[in-house]
Amino acid sequence: MKWFSTDHKVIGKQYIGLSLFAVLMGMVLSLLMRFHLVYPDTKVPLFQALWPEGAPGGVMTPELYLSLMTMHGTIMVFFVLTTAPQSGFGNCFLPPQIGAHDMAFPVLNMLSFWTTALSFAVLLMAFVVEGGAPLSGWTAYPPLSGLGKITGPGQGLGQDLWLVSIALFCAASLMAAINFITTVIELRAPDMGYFDMPLTAWAWFVTALISLFAFGVLLAGGILLLLDRNLNTAFFVPGGLIVNDRVEPRSGGSPILFQHLFWFFGHPEVYIAILPGMGVVSTVLSTFSGKKVFGYRAMAYALLAIGGLGFLVWGHHMFISGINPYSTIAFSVLTLAIGVPSAIKTFNWIATIWGGRLRFTAAMHYALGFVSLFITGGITGLVLGQPGLDLYFHDTYFVVAHFHLIMGVAAIFAIFAALHYWFPRMYGRTMNETLGKVHFYLTFAGVYALFVPMHFAGIAGNPRRYPDFKEYEFLQSLLPLHKGMTHAAYFLAAVQLLFLYNYFRSKRNGAEARGDVWGAGTREWRDD
Amino acid sequence: MHLAIAIASLATACVLLFVQPRWWLPEAISAHARAYDAQLHVTLWVIGVLFAAAQGLLAFAVFRFRDRGQTPSATAGNHRLELVWTSVTAVAFLGLAIAGQGIWAAVHLQGAPNPLRVEVLAKQFAWSYRYAGPDGVFSAVEVKSIDDAGGNPFGVVDAKSDDIVTALLHVPAGRAVELRLKSRDVIHNFFVRELRIKQDVVPGMTIPLRFQAEKTGRYEIPCSELCGLGHHQMRSALVVMGAGEFEAWLREQQSR
Repeated sequence: MKWFSTDHKVIGKQYIGLSLFAVLMGMVLSLLMRFHLVYPDTKVPLFQALWPEGAPGGVMTPELYLSLMTMHGTIMVFFVLTTAPQSGFGNCFLPPQIGAHDMAFPVLNMLSFWTTALSFAVLLMAFVVEGGAPLSGWTAYPPLSGLGKITGPGQGLGQDLWLVSIALFCAASLMAAINFITTVIELRAPDMGYFDMPLTAWAWFVTALISLFAFGVLLAGGILLLLDRNLNTAFFVPGGLIVNDRVEPRSGGSPILFQHLFWFFGHPEVYIAILPGMGVVSTVLSTFSGKKVFGYRAMAYALLAIGGLGFLVWGHHMFISGINPYSTIAFSVLTLAIGVPSAIKTFNWIATIWGGRLRFTAAMHYALGFVSLFITGGITGLVLGQPGLDLYFHDTYFVVAHFHLIMGVAAIFAIFAALHYWFPRMYGRTMNETLGKVHFYLTFAGVYALFVPMHFAGIAGNPRRYPDFKEYEFLQSLLPLHKGMTHAAYFLAAVQLLFLYNYFRSKRNGAEARGDVWGAGTREWRDD
Repeated sequence: MHLAIAIASLATACVLLFVQPRWWLPEAISAHARAYDAQLHVTLWVIGVLFAAAQGLLAFAVFRFRDRGQTPSATAGNHRLELVWTSVTAVAFLGLAIAGQGIWAAVHLQGAPNPLRVEVLAKQFAWSYRYAGPDGVFSAVEVKSIDDAGGNPFGVVDAKSDDIVTALLHVPAGRAVELRLKSRDVIHNFFVRELRIKQDVVPGMTIPLRFQAEKTGRYEIPCSELCGLGHHQMRSALVVMGAGEFEAWLREQQSR
């Protein structure tokens, strides 16, 4: 394989390969975290071997836990959920679906992949520099992230590398967005209007529009924070700070400004992760029901509505941040309003399979699993979208459960569906269907077992981002719950070996497949 | 078939977990906390019904339309049906949004007259509380006078000030309290589970937070915004006392 290729199919597979590596890494980090949460004092020689300073004697320090957490979130959000569904599958299948031979700008396309790869390499370097990886979470709120080493370990060079990595990622995503948008507008086949495009193409198009407006703002926020850290500016530094007994001479900035910039990107980011999955699920459900997508136009408009409204709800991440208490009223009404197009999509998916003749392929299993998880994860948004109720649930495990289900697991089920569905087109072979289904059932049960009980930790008031629960009486009583979740996480991780085996084995030895294997009828299946 | 069973049984398990929960909210110790629980209860009922209906429909469709050689219907839309479910969800969701505003307003937009004022100072990784003392006035503070080891984290200038500084938050039951939250370094978060209130403490800002506790007792205050490596150890407690007991406690503090 040519490493520096401008071919959209190669680039798509490169993105997917990068995501696969990233998701394994993110998963391992989460297992280490889950272990430490419930066995905080157990000596593990492996920890010491990996992190001699972070785990002296084999016991993880709080700062190591927090840095693993920061890296887990960053890797999963950016290099898995943003990368595979949009840039991965989008590159592979957007051009053929709309009758184009390649993306509009093939060289730019190559550049955006390699910038993403560089961004990932820079992020991983944070693990090995002095002070280690940053510990301020994937949200990197200043002043914790903005003042350098003085605020704690990992906040020196590690945090700078994190910011450079994110800035590079933003640049790569902007390039990709421009490419996708241009491709859809300019390169559609002459007989294909916008409302003739498959919903996958719609989803990639809307996601690219969201990326274009969202990543620019994150890039600005990241650069301002780098300036605060390295050139003594004070965009996010208020007056009168005393950190570690040292008086900070700067003044005039606002920590909340960063949160506005971050979440103006951060909420649309959720839709960047999930919209392509919605497109895939619509396509897979329709193909294996033998029916057209129910309410095609409503589905396309719902994508646009979600994309547009997604830019007006960032304040719901900041209900308790100290913003004007009147503004939360607007943010909450808009937030619950965005649930309406999401509900429309759910109804339309069920209506799509209604009256059909369902063929239960592995891809169909994942797509139906996605719908179930989308309901389960989405519905708690009706709790968190109310500022009054957020007065208790904000920054508890209830939030962690909510976004893992809706943004993490649901999106990953869509990736599984997409892989099984398009594998024949990508590699000329099919994945093993039986293994795929076994993997589906075990994973489906595993994610419910892990993330539904997690809501109860939140209901009991368990704050997130705690390395252990030893300090508080009420957290002690939650330990059995956390142990159960940790065991579910191990089970879930072990089950993924089935997927890896199936994926790599099928690439070489899967049954050969040519042409429109599923009878989908869309253009990407045509042999030309 | 298997999939229909899987979806139905997992959804049933979720509902059962919520019907018979082993872990739940702690006791509510204020009128706001009880109003909060009522709103949460209503919300959980609404989403519980929606959840069961949606998962049930999904499982039913998966079961009913499994491949038995039937011809798939040619339907590709139904405007009336789409209009109905769009309107129904819009009304339900926006209804919840509006119904939920009351508890927010009670904490952030409405104040009680003559509250007990307490200044709250957060820093990596400890909480301090300051009361105005008998004169009812908070003494002037300055950075130079800050002396954590000497018991003067706020930097009260006048060494003879009657201000009271403590490490735990003591309040009388049945009286409105207004906290003024400040941070010295990074963002922290003040959270009392039993009061159902949570507020970020942001450096450079003074953020008011009101409550009125009714039940005496000791309640934990866990920092709830990531503030560094000691975040999980940054704990304090709210001690709610009877009115007389509180007056006695105040006098004892002053005599120190």
